[in-house]
Amino acid sequence: MLRPETLAQLTAAFPQLAHSEFRGQSRVVVPSPSLLPLLTQLKERLGFDLLVDITCVDYLNLRDATDRFGLVYLLASTDSNERITVRSFLNEPDLTVPTATGLWEGANWLEREVWDMFGIVFAGHPDHRRILMPDEFDAHPLRKDYPLQGRGERHNFPVLTRGGS
Amino acid sequence: MPLAPSVHTHDIAHDEPQDYVWTLNFGPQHPATHTTLRLVLKLDGERVIEAMPDIGYLHSGFEKIGESLTFNQYVTVTDRMNYISPMANNVAWHHAVETLLGLELPARCQYIRTIICELARISDHLVCNGAVGLDTGAFTFFLYAFNRREDLYDIFETMCGARFTNSYTRVGGLMHDMTPLAVEKIRAFCKVFPSTLRDMERLLNRNRIFVDRTKGVGLLTKDEATNRSCTGPIARASGVTRDLRKDEPYLSYQDFDFKICCATAGDCYSRYLVRMAEMWESLKIVEQAIENLPTGPVNVDIGQRTALPTKRQVYSTIEGLISHFELEMSNRGFEVPREESYAAIESPNGELGFYIAGDGTDVAYRARCRPPSYIHFAVFPHLIRGHTLSDVVAVLGSLNIIAAELDR
Repeated sequence: MLRPETLAQLTAAFPQLAHSEFRGQSRVVVPSPSLLPLLTQLKERLGFDLLVDITCVDYLNLRDATDRFGLVYLLASTDSNERITVRSFLNEPDLTVPTATGLWEGANWLEREVWDMFGIVFAGHPDHRRILMPDEFDAHPLRKDYPLQGRGERHNFPVLTRGGS
Repeated sequence: MPLAPSVHTHDIAHDEPQDYVWTLNFGPQHPATHTTLRLVLKLDGERVIEAMPDIGYLHSGFEKIGESLTFNQYVTVTDRMNYISPMANNVAWHHAVETLLGLELPARCQYIRTIICELARISDHLVCNGAVGLDTGAFTFFLYAFNRREDLYDIFETMCGARFTNSYTRVGGLMHDMTPLAVEKIRAFCKVFPSTLRDMERLLNRNRIFVDRTKGVGLLTKDEATNRSCTGPIARASGVTRDLRKDEPYLSYQDFDFKICCATAGDCYSRYLVRMAEMWESLKIVEQAIENLPTGPVNVDIGQRTALPTKRQVYSTIEGLISHFELEMSNRGFEVPREESYAAIESPNGELGFYIAGDGTDVAYRARCRPPSYIHFAVFPHLIRGHTLSDVVAVLGSLNIIAAELDR
């Protein structure tokens, strides 16, 4: 839950912010160019020092959805126990957002996972590699156009033999 | 086609070639990693210059599966995430689902869920501390811990029929009510556990070998802990006082008298101490909850159309019958708002939350798990830098990395 004064400060600095509440959770939506300034403001000025999670939702199959990807940052303040969800929508072909590793070290692996699973590029990330899937993998499995089963990646892997290795 | 190297080496700035630096593969199959994870260690003699984790060996697409299973089915998958405290995962998942649905649980259900969460915390800390002891050479301590863990699994078995894969919770309630036998067993456990805990503390708290192996090893400062997203015992051992049980009371935690256990040193030894102290507090909560267990239903009212009605309700009331049909028919299910929400609990390992996007059906459109093990393992290379090879197991054990949750 966000305190009213925090929200007032936030909307004063970012007038284009869309704010909504659901079950006592405050969510804001920002256009992707102002994502990093907003996160910086939240961390440096408003005391959101804990990056809880970074995740992404692919809205490909969702009825009435207009955007393809929704990037989600969950932030919390260890001081005032406020929480805020920052969302930003991305569309192909421009799936690049600036990295948040400069603000939180914890963003490193979380962003790598989002890249691995959704193919969102985090510009300036110090170690921009896949993390859960093997490096040879060429798809992003949590995208909605990736099937749950039946693609057969295993068969595409090169077979190593004892003689050839 | 040759395979691309799966671990890229980071360039270390050095003027002359360092011939004496050699690379050691630690895992993926190694007794001290406990689970399947791999570390590539760069060693200068016995000192670790750099550790490069390579994970993904146990990746089984749990989040992808979550997009095809209903809220009640997916609880079986959460069992397999952190398999040393599955009850806490069950509660976390359904807590998130109920937050999305806006359900208010009956008091008895909240109390039982609190009890199972705390029993899961005790079981997790017994395994974790036991394993730290084992890895640093204290075998007796490990056996003491595992004896009591066996009692806990016996309790879980009495409650839901399964020892490990409990799947005890349901949307809006529980699989079934707790039996008097389970209550009796929990009471018996509360009686014997303090003496074991005292024995364990006497075995290790001032044990010279153990203290030498863990004190000052794997230091994490308070600012770093928060900056690197650490939560739970690991953050609290570094002086962060955040605990969701106090800060954002969920279930019935506000009814109980307990303390948040913190330390300031931030090393492996403080993490051990915090876990030992948390077991005492968990025991206090369980004792209070079991003595004040409210009577009444464990599931939400059948009018809510989320929890299955009892057979008596189905056969003798029209509401029960309708509700049963509504839930069982494959094209009905319950109504879910087209919204997204995040809810977390203080799991034994830290903040375990689920970010669920609902699309109107009872299958999550996106079921994101915020896994504490994943976030804590990211800290590992930072903690181990400059320590010796033998400290790797101590640090790894004190972080309590569960690879099934790490990779999901």
